[in-house]
Order: sequence, then C-alpha cells, then structure tokens
Amino acid sequence: MQAWRVEILVRPSEPDPVGDYARKSLIAAGLAVSAVRSRRGFLLGAELSAQQVHEFAKAVLADPVLDTFEIHAPFAEVTGSVRGVQRVSVLLRAGVTDPVAQSVQKAMTDMGLPRVATGTYRAFDVSGNVELAALALATRKSLANAVLQDVLMLQLPTSLPGAGGEPDLTVQSIPIAHLDQQGLEQLSKDGGLALDAMEMTAIAAHYQQLGRAPMRMELETLAQTWSEHCKHKTLTGRVRFEGKVIDNLLKATIVHVTNTLDRDFCVSVFVDNAGVIRFDDEDSICIKVETHNRPSAIEPFGGAGTGVGGVIRDILGTGKGARPIANTDVFCFAPPDMPAAKVPQGCLHPRTVLQGVVAGVRDYGNPMGIPTVNGSVHFDENFVGNPLVYVGNIGILKTARAQKQVQVGDHIVALGGRTGRDGIHGATFSSLELHTNSETVSSGAVQIGDPITERKAMDAVLRAADLDLFSSITDCGAGGFSSAVGEMAEGLGAEVELARAPLKYQGLAPWEIWISEAQERMVLSVPQDKLQRLLEVCREESCEAFVLGTFTDSGRLVVKYDGQVHADLDLHFLHKGLPIREREAIYIAPKLADPVLPIETDHAAALLATLSDYSVCSKEWIVRQYDHEVQASSANKPMCGVKNDGPADAAVIMPKLGSRRGVVLGNGLNPRYSKIDPAAMAECALDEAMRNVIATGGDPDYTAVLDNYCWGNTRNPERLGELVRASFAIRDLALAYRTPFVSGKDSLHNEFRDGDRVISIPGCILVTALSIVPDVTRTLTSDCKRIGSLLVLVGVTKNELGGSTYWKTKGELGASVPRVDHQLGRQVLQGVYRATQARCALAAHDCSEGGLAVAVAEMALGGRLGAKIDLGAVVSQGELNSTQRMFSESQSRILLEVQKHRLPDLIANLLDTPHAVIGEVTSGDQVEFAMHGKSVAKLSLTQIERAWKRPLDFDGTLLEEVQK
Amino acid sequence: MSAPKILILRAPGINCERETHFAFQRAGGAPEYVHINELIADPDRLFSYRVLSVPGGFAYGDDIASGRVLAQELKHKLGDRLLQFLDRGGLALGICNGFQVLVRLGLLPCTRGKLEEEVTLTHNLSNHYECRWVTLRSEQSRCVFLEQGLTLRWPAAHGEGRLVPRDAQLAALLRDEGFAALRYVDEHGKPTTTYPQNPNGSPEAIAGLTDRTGRVLGMMPHPDRAFLPTHMPDWRRTLLEKGELPLDGDGMGLFRAMVRVASAEG
Repeated sequence: MQAWRVEILVRPSEPDPVGDYARKSLIAAGLAVSAVRSRRGFLLGAELSAQQVHEFAKAVLADPVLDTFEIHAPFAEVTGSVRGVQRVSVLLRAGVTDPVAQSVQKAMTDMGLPRVATGTYRAFDVSGNVELAALALATRKSLANAVLQDVLMLQLPTSLPGAGGEPDLTVQSIPIAHLDQQGLEQLSKDGGLALDAMEMTAIAAHYQQLGRAPMRMELETLAQTWSEHCKHKTLTGRVRFEGKVIDNLLKATIVHVTNTLDRDFCVSVFVDNAGVIRFDDEDSICIKVETHNRPSAIEPFGGAGTGVGGVIRDILGTGKGARPIANTDVFCFAPPDMPAAKVPQGCLHPRTVLQGVVAGVRDYGNPMGIPTVNGSVHFDENFVGNPLVYVGNIGILKTARAQKQVQVGDHIVALGGRTGRDGIHGATFSSLELHTNSETVSSGAVQIGDPITERKAMDAVLRAADLDLFSSITDCGAGGFSSAVGEMAEGLGAEVELARAPLKYQGLAPWEIWISEAQERMVLSVPQDKLQRLLEVCREESCEAFVLGTFTDSGRLVVKYDGQVHADLDLHFLHKGLPIREREAIYIAPKLADPVLPIETDHAAALLATLSDYSVCSKEWIVRQYDHEVQASSANKPMCGVKNDGPADAAVIMPKLGSRRGVVLGNGLNPRYSKIDPAAMAECALDEAMRNVIATGGDPDYTAVLDNYCWGNTRNPERLGELVRASFAIRDLALAYRTPFVSGKDSLHNEFRDGDRVISIPGCILVTALSIVPDVTRTLTSDCKRIGSLLVLVGVTKNELGGSTYWKTKGELGASVPRVDHQLGRQVLQGVYRATQARCALAAHDCSEGGLAVAVAEMALGGRLGAKIDLGAVVSQGELNSTQRMFSESQSRILLEVQKHRLPDLIANLLDTPHAVIGEVTSGDQVEFAMHGKSVAKLSLTQIERAWKRPLDFDGTLLEEVQK
Repeated sequence: MSAPKILILRAPGINCERETHFAFQRAGGAPEYVHINELIADPDRLFSYRVLSVPGGFAYGDDIASGRVLAQELKHKLGDRLLQFLDRGGLALGICNGFQVLVRLGLLPCTRGKLEEEVTLTHNLSNHYECRWVTLRSEQSRCVFLEQGLTLRWPAAHGEGRLVPRDAQLAALLRDEGFAALRYVDEHGKPTTTYPQNPNGSPEAIAGLTDRTGRVLGMMPHPDRAFLPTHMPDWRRTLLEKGELPLDGDGMGLFRAMVRVASAEG
C-alpha cells in the first residue's frame, strides 16, 4: 500500500542526540563515519491530500522550534542519495506492534482529518568513507535488532503493510495413534511443543481412549499448559538423590518452610499470581518476581520491557485486582568489557545486552508510573549466552479482596491490547536451551511492549475493582488466552468464541489467536448483572474490552471459531494428566582449594580494585534512568548520603499516602559462591536479603521472602544435584530465620550451546525479602552522619575468602566459601532490629561482596566523612590477618554507626550478640585501616569515589565533579 | 470560604494523578479526577473548577513528542475555553509531563495571549531519562501564587526537559519580563547550566515558566513528590539535627499557595 512519507529532521543548528548516538555506535563498530544525522519517518495513507499532510506534519509531527520536515508524495520518484552521504532506514517488521502509529492516528482524527493507515520508522544519513556492505552489517548489529526490525539500505520506505491475508480456518486433526515414541518426539520437536516422549505418550493414550485424533489447537493448549514455564515439572517432579526419592522437591523444601512456620501474616501463598501478606488491618501487600531471560537474550530491550509488563499484570491479576506500587529488578550479565572474540556466535555482546535491558525496564516501568525502587546487578562470564533478567512487582489490595472465585455463568471478558501473532510459543520456547540459531528460529517468541495500553488496562481494572465488577481475574502471560482461560476454568468449564477477539491484523488462524502471547491483556470473569457497567468503565478509560465466552460447569474447555469447534478438552486431563517427571540427581563437590598467594603488600590498591569490580561498583548510571519517585511513596531512595550517591541496602516505601507505615524491600544473590558450593550460594542469598532489609530497619519477625531459581540444564543429573543441595540448604536456613516463602519461580535450562561447547550459568537463587514496619522514621540509611561517632561491627568474621571479590580481582576462586551459622545469623538480625527500633544507630550497612573494607568505604563515601578502623578489634573466629579481616565475606555481619553516648544502649539491645567497636567516623576525607597500631591502608574519598564509580559510568557523567 | 474545586486531569498515560490529588487535598483544596474523555464530552465542565492541574506521566506514551498528542487533543476539543478559564479567574498548574502539555498547547509562556508554541521542551543533553533531586530558586516573576525568593529541592524525573525558546528575543523576554519562574541553581544558589545541578542542559537554567497573566505555572521538577517531610532525601539528617521532622517537604508550599489564592479569589 503506497503512502505519503514525512521525514522530520532536527535543524542543523540544534543538537541531534539520536544522530550522535548512532555515529558513536557505528564508530564503535569500526566504521570511519564522520557524521550522522537522524530522521524520524512517518508513512501516512495515500488518501490524504497534500495540504492535509502538510498541515499535519507542521502542527503535530515536527517540533516548531527545533525541526524541519520533508514530504514525499506516494509513488514519487525516490531521489538517489547525496554524494558521500548514505541513507539507512530502520523499520519494524510486518506484524510487530507500532504504538506510535496508533498515537499518530489519534492525533490525526483529533485534528479532524480522516483516519488512515500509518507507520513509523527511523532513518540515518551517514557521512564518511564507508563501504555499503559494512554499513549494512553494522546498522543491523548496532542500530537495529534483526528480530524486530528490517534495515533498508539506500532505498526509502514507501509503503504501509496491508491488512493481512485470509486466515486458515480449517480444523486440523493431527493423527498420532500410529506414531511410536520417536515419531511422537519428532512431532513435538517439529511443532515447537517442547513436550518429551513420556508426555507425548500420555497424550496419545488419552486420545486413544477417546477414539479420535487430537485437533491442532488441543495439542497446542496441552503444550502451553504442560510447559516447564507453566507447570514447573522439574521442581514439582520426582527426584532420586543420594539413595532417596524426593516426591516433590518444591513441596519438600520451599513449601515445607511456609507450611511449617504457618505465620499469621501470610494471607495467600502459592495459590495466586503472587504471594499476599498482611500490611495493616485493612490492606495487604502482594509480591511477585519473574524471570524473562530467554527473550532478553535475543532482544534485550523488548525482552526486559515485556518482562516488566508481564509481572505488573501478575500483580494486577492478584486477588480481585491489586494496585502495583513498586518494581524491583535484578540482572546478571557477562562483563561489559568482554572482548568481542570471546562472545560466542549467536550471542549479543554483554554491553549491548546490559544497555538494552536497562532501556527496556526504563521505557516500560517509567511510563507505567510505578517506581523502580530496588535491584542489583551481577557479572560473570558464564552469563554470556544466558543473561538473567529478574523482574519483580509489588502491589497493594484490600485484604477482603485477596480471594477470588469464578462463578458458573460468568462472562469471560478479555481487555487491554489486541491479539497478534507476537509471542507465539513463548512458554514452550522458554523451556528449551538457547543455541547459535535461536536468534532466527525463535523470533516469533519475542515482542516489544506498549506500556500505555497496559496503563489503560490497569486504570480500567482498578476502577472496576473499586466498583466490585468482577468475581475473578488473571493476566494473559505465557500461553495467552489458552493458559488464562484454562487456569480460571479449572474445576468448572468454559466455552470460548475466538472470532470475537479484536486482532491487530487479519490472517491469524484460530489456534494462533488462542495461544498468542500478545502483551497487555487481562482476562476477567464477570457476572451478568455487572457486565454492562464493566464495559462502560473500559470505554471511559479508552480500554478495549470484549466478551470472549462463558464459564460453565461442563468440566470441558470448548473453543470455537465462528461456531466451529477447534478444541474440546477435558479440563481434568489438561490440569492433572501431566505424567510425573522423574529425574536423577547427583551432587559431586568440585575439587577446589584455596590459592596460595603472596602476602598482600598494598591493601589500599587491593581495596580500590575490589571497589572497581563490576558486581561491587556503583550502579548509579542504571538507577538514575529509572523513576524511583513516582507515586510519592519513597522514604528511602536507591542512592543515599549527602550527595545522593551512596548505595542503599534496601528501599523503603510508604504505600498509603499520609500513613508512615512502610514496606522495606531488599534482595540477595551471589552467583559466584555457586561455583564452590550451591548450598553456600543459597544460604548466603537468604542471609544477604535479610541483612539488607534489617540494616534498613526491617523487622526479621515480619518479613516474607521469595525464591527465584535460575539454573543450568537440569536434565543433567549433576546440575539437578546442585539444585537439590541448594534447595535443602535454603529450606533449613529459612526455618531457622522463621521467614516464610510466599512466592517463587524457576527458570531452568539456562545453557548455551555453541557447537560442542556448552556454557552453563552458575546456579542462582535470588531471594527477595519484604518487611512491614509500623513507622518509617525508624528506618535508616548506610551513609555516615556524624564526626566522632563509633563504628560497631555486629557479627563474627571468619577465614572465608572463597568466592570473594578480593580473590576474583586476583583471578582466583578458592574453596573457603562463606556459610551461614543459623543461630548466630538469627541473633544478629534480631539484635540489630532491637537497636534500630531503639534509634541507637545513625547508619547501618551490611557486609557483602568485598567484605568489611567495602562496607566502610561505602559508608564513608555516602556521608563524605573519613573513617579510622582498627582491624584488630574485629570479632574473629581463629587468628586472621589484616587481609582476611578486610576482605573476608563472612555472612551475618552488619556495620553500625553509633554516637558515643548511645553505645551503652546499643550494647543493651544487642544482648549477647557478638560485636565490637572497630573504629570511628572522622573529619576530613581519609579512610584508614590499621592492625595492631600499624596502618595497613589509607585512601582518600576521591580515590574511593573514582574506583567505585568509573566501571559503569557509561556516559562519563558520574565522575564529572571529581575530575573538575 | 469553601475549599476551591480543583480539576485533576486524567488521560491515558498520565500517572501522577494520585499524588497530585493528595497534595491538593492536604493543602485544603477539593480535588476531583476528571478523565479527558469526560471533559471532552462536556467541555464547559472546566468552568466549574478554580484550578486546572495537569499531572505528570507519559500522556499517550509521549508518542511523536512528549505531551504532543494530549496537547493536540485539548487544543482541538477545548480550544478557546482554556483561555476563557483563565480570564474567568482560573489557575493552572502543569507538572513535568503536564508542563510539556501546557507548552505544546501554547498556554505557556503565552507571552502574546495566543495559543502558540513559543518554546519547546526537548531531549536532555544526556540523551536519556534521569531521576534526581535538583535545587531550584523561585524567581521574581509574574506568577500570582508562587512565593518568590525561595530555595526549593524537588526531584526531577524526565527525558525531555531541555527548554529551548524559539529565538534569542524570546529568550531575553522570558528572562527579563518575569516568565522564568523557576531556575536550577548550584550549591551557591546561582542559576546553572552545568550538569547535574541542571539535569537537562536547559539554557538560562529555566526549570519552570509562568504566563503573561501569572495564573499558569508549569515546571519539569515534581513538587508532587516532595510534599511530605519523609520525601526529602536527607530527612534522617534533619531528624538528627533538629530532633523532629518539619510538617512539610519543600513541595508543599506551592500547593498551599495555589489553594490560598484560589480560595481568596473565589
């Protein structure tokens, strides 16, 4: 379809940041580019008159102060490029949602113009001595993403995508009765079903019994519902481990903790989209953390953005609708300075992944108006093929609305975004390993988000919730309508008419509509007498809604298109027919030893190197791109101190404006420990999450936790053995700490296959901890506040440099990984809590990566004050030298700043918790460590700041003042 | 004297309406949410309010340009009613995205009393969104409610906040004739174009504008995120020094002043 082409250019006198960014990217890709000018392109339907196009471009598309524009008529001769300037255009592939195009249409009709088809693109005029082929390659790599975008060289975009073809409406019957095991496996593989032989056999047997062949939509529905992503087959399956049979690993560990502890603040656990705990007499807080690893590996921006969008919908669909109040995000990447030669084919460079993921979270979370308040970033080379993107969301809802129940006869109402071909087979894709070709094979499983459509859906759902217009709700996530309706209909029945679904474009087969993972959709069950009002509310909020079908009591899931049955599934078989998986697991401890290193001669240099480690260094470049203030709930920012650049251990928010009751939110994760012992990794994650929350003023007896597993290929018995070992370790510590798990999630098979080489991620459990506090004014930050106050280290330091950042800077791993002493750990958490409640401390900071030395440096930097530490005073287990005292990463340690006159109070509150005064806060800008009266290391705050901020200062802006 | 009615505009993508509502309520006003669809259905409803407040957010995704689509909608559906609203004694406030909307609409700085775009708010020089606390000074200006000569700390959170006037003449007018109501200042209280105290690189350090009548105010930083004492980034130091927290954060004064003027005039 030919179209008008309008191109907007920034006037030459004005800065063109987009062009500058493109120039830098192309130069970084090795091209001799001298200048790049960017253009924003719009394609408008040919029905418009020249005058209409001109008026519209002038009034709406171009900025009257900064821009100029060019208009090309449909079928106009495309003039060749100017000498020495090459034209590159980047446009969305057909079928990818273009939210801007929708806004262009709206602005057009608001102006009184006819509604015509529209499209948008980006273009670049590249000057310099550059080969066309090289430019094409670099553009595809640096300025576009092949999964979502096409690149046009020299020629210009001229036409809009058509309306789409005719859909294939035939009911496909897939004969499987005659297939042997191999044939069944092949069918699963060819169809992208990700079901194994045993599961396919169970399906074949079921249809044998029915005496018919399955219809394609039925197979697709089973594959979605039975996917690892939806059913957690490995964690809930049977595992043979060390001569024992564990019937359901999840029940034996995570769920066991929650059931055993039976804490009264748990309102709803493991049954809904998110865990729900009591906040006050009226309201509850719900929390969910998801992973969006696979999509983010292939398309970091879209993958991370839709991950954020997905977990927000999880919260929106918790109970009978919860209001999202905060985001939390944790990432694991390979180091951003990894040499390109070490990046396997088929993987994006880690720096590209990092920047794309951060931008994706930013451009979804910020427009949603939900503050991103907490997170962390970890680095290890083994994340090169499988970066980890954990996205979490917290919500608030009336406790009375925490339970939901679909009623027979309720309408099935879908609302929000339209359905397209995007994200087909996402759930099954996430259950497979990535390999060199994943980028091309799986592109249908990747999508970009449209936060404003989600915002409209959220506004509509929350108003409908206030008016009590629905009896149940869930989000459309993995598996799309098939999973959402299938789950809601469990124990009842449903009848669906797919022809009613509004589509983004024509041509979708019914099974595609049914399993599409198009974003921004929610499914509600709505009683007959409330339907009209609900549809009205949606209209008022500019949110599209339609009736998809009815909940029945037939026990069957019947899906039709135009009256024709495409699926008629027994819901009992759908939900309970999955055969129990049985896996072997063995644990083989790696053979490791502590390195024998020469005695450290320069502790100051060692501390600076540790501060510059990617996992330790300042994340301010990332943090500042997220809106952490929206909703006006913040009582503790991600950065603290006199210059707002010190690290905060946890976030504090006040979700109810006008009340000082608060939520403290923190997390813990240390992938490196897993290389030595997954049990240590698991314990330390829980301990670190608790330390972060308690150091900020949280209450260890009113804290709930979440577990998020990301693992290598658990079909490998050794990988699974590591997972089993980690699960029992975290179970035991959670029982000791009395912290119930309220929600969790797993992402297995994080393995990358590059020819014969297999890159597996270190097994990771992210622990997210959430505590409720009655008064946020008793919470605290990590920055030192008063000259002359004392620094008190609570906890015991041991010879535990194994897996430490210090040894990492020496290229060593070691073996003496930190373990958690259950009793001591609980004592420390409770002692520190009593002290913060009595307002004994001015500041608190936990000791984690980099040990005591990093904690001291960060507290001093945040407060822009000096510190003098006597390492000899540290409570230690056994004889430790100064290096061990500075850098050991022993757990359960929190460093407090205490005014001298409050020391007796502090001691009274700590009771017999091991602790020692180890130094004091000084004037000036020196941080000094001494042992037995002898200075070991002396650093200035400027040195500390440079070392800590430089690694992730991608814009060169964090250190401007220091350099000045 | 009854509490003045305040229209809190809602629209797809506006997302700071709840905190703005709460701040006006806390100041003694009577805020009400009105969705753009409701307002378009009954445009004269605007005249039943004393204050029009356009909250922050990403109206219509900030597609095409920040605030562009909503400004376009208001212009074509409400048109002259906006100027009439001011003539009849209304006040208007645009925060962040709301400021962008009022600028694109031509309601700010509106130096000639006509709805025309005289300045633009464009991409930060850093080329990305940023959230950070900034220090502002309220200048001697035409604004009839903003108390002048104050040093205020509010958080800024935007990607398109660099204020560029159409030409040098207009720039001089904004500076000399009391349109530049709020400026970014450095640690010595001097207007600054240096990052990060000036987070977007606005020439003339302009953070907020008023119009010819002084009845409209818009700014990029967020008073609606700085109205409680615990919003301030260093409230723990304040508590330590003073032994107690003040009643308000730095942003509250603006809401109180608007409600005060609106009630006095009402």
